[in-house]
Amino acid sequence: MDWAYLFEISLTGLAGGGLYALAALAFVMVYKATRVVNIAIGEILMVGAYLFFTFSASFALPLWLAIPAAVLCCGLLGAVIERTIIRPLLGEPPISVFMVTVGLASVLVGLVEMIWTADQRRLPDFMPTQPIMIGEAFLAPKIFWGAVIAVVFIAVVLLVFRFWRGGVALRATASDQAAAYSMGINVPRVFSLAWVVSAMIAAVSGIIVGSIGGISSSMGIFGLSVLVVVIVGGLDSVLGALIGGLFIGLIEALAGAFLGGEYKLLSTFIMLVIVLMIRPYGLFGTREIERL
Amino acid sequence: METHTTGSPAAPLLQVDGITLAFGGVKALNGVGFAVQPGTITAVIGPNGAGKTSLFNTISGFYRPTQGRILFEGQDISQVHAPQRAKLGLGRSFQNIALFRGMTVLDNIKLGRHAHLKTNVLDALFYLGRARREEAALRADIEERIIDFLEIDHIRHAPVSALPYGLQKRVEMARALAMQPKVLMLDEPVAGMNREETEDMARFILDVRAEWGVTVLMVEHDMGMVMDLSDHVVVLNFGQVIAQGTPAQVQADPEVVRAYLGSGDVGDLRQRLHAGLGNAIATDGVGAA
Repeated sequence: MDWAYLFEISLTGLAGGGLYALAALAFVMVYKATRVVNIAIGEILMVGAYLFFTFSASFALPLWLAIPAAVLCCGLLGAVIERTIIRPLLGEPPISVFMVTVGLASVLVGLVEMIWTADQRRLPDFMPTQPIMIGEAFLAPKIFWGAVIAVVFIAVVLLVFRFWRGGVALRATASDQAAAYSMGINVPRVFSLAWVVSAMIAAVSGIIVGSIGGISSSMGIFGLSVLVVVIVGGLDSVLGALIGGLFIGLIEALAGAFLGGEYKLLSTFIMLVIVLMIRPYGLFGTREIERL
Repeated sequence: METHTTGSPAAPLLQVDGITLAFGGVKALNGVGFAVQPGTITAVIGPNGAGKTSLFNTISGFYRPTQGRILFEGQDISQVHAPQRAKLGLGRSFQNIALFRGMTVLDNIKLGRHAHLKTNVLDALFYLGRARREEAALRADIEERIIDFLEIDHIRHAPVSALPYGLQKRVEMARALAMQPKVLMLDEPVAGMNREETEDMARFILDVRAEWGVTVLMVEHDMGMVMDLSDHVVVLNFGQVIAQGTPAQVQADPEVVRAYLGSGDVGDLRQRLHAGLGNAIATDGVGAA
């Protein structure tokens, strides 16, 4: 066993896992507040990446403008989706809402192909290209900086939701909607807020994922791994999303390095099955989650 | 009616004016009307399924009535959403405890004040002036007044889900008080409590009114407590007000007795008995007690 190699692979895996954690946070945000399983999270992430592509490459906006613009527009998309598609389904069985998000994913893919065509594209490079050495281990600069941005962003989101009144309102709504409503918390607005923030987080991860691997209309596949992450971590657990993200990132990297690339997905899904057999609610999930 | 109004007919703090609430063809409430005078304790009683909780939910804004109005401090609030009603001064507790599980007692109580805070994202993040001042004022008020008052000091940092039932009810009341309500609405405050817990709660309800001048509107099954505490009692049956007045008036009302004894076989028998007695002895036929 080559320990240096193992260390290097693990680092890459953890760095990639940071990205999963960020996207999983976007998923958990919506699930926690509204109990909607948003299958379209990968596609919203893709739209975020394409918006960044448009602002930076087509409109040639500087970076410090293009990124916020893409993130804000994606947040707006989240608001529109919530208001026009999800809100009217309030009170419908969870499986109906779930199916609607499956449809939403297809619609978003279709829209992206109509507007930007199905060709693969490259996002402009904005991360430093100097190789990163941690001890003896080499880490691809894009993956390293992507992980750094993800970690910083996760920290900011967690802090905001820990101390801001809106975050308190969100936690209260997640805990008991009727009680929150009678405490003067505007529950429908909390739902909107959750979708907007979720779409904005998704946009950030989309921009990072796109900068590492390029963007295409099939990049929503990333959402599939995110789904594994949140199911392993527990659908309604922020901590679960973070640890699940790192865990799945690590498993994927190790399987890819020691078994071969085609075993990446296989190993994560085997992991998923094992976790579900031992803890049906995910590693950190609340017990009474309704199964779909 | 006139027993609790001191002097001139004071304007009611809360007035329910001909409320009808229909779910499809079922009328949960049918022309319900009563007034809550400031500084009083008003109780709504009635058999199971009479519409008491529906009435509460309509007053706090969860249901929109099909007909009728709700007036609060003389203003029609029928079109006002629940969160705004909370800000106006309608604080409530729930029949099945609706605390924020996983949070501590103190956090739950603080959330009651949520509607009144003005701190925004930036203030909160950097803990600037306004956030700091509001937090300090909030802590002082909640800790000195509410927590001491309800005698829950020893559990302030405990997670609510770990508390026994009676204490959870008390925390819920504390949270409602933190909303600085003008009308405190309690949905079955002593349901499922033992004698001692019930007496504690009764004392708190009386003290809330005496010390803070908060008007109380409650739904309760415990007849002893209702009759002891209330100034005004409203009796609901099948969504309609069948009687209201002082506890003594309500207790003597034959309709109320009938509603509580049921109108099934026993009720019929009783009625026929009374009718028979009336015919035979030519009394007024309502000798129920």
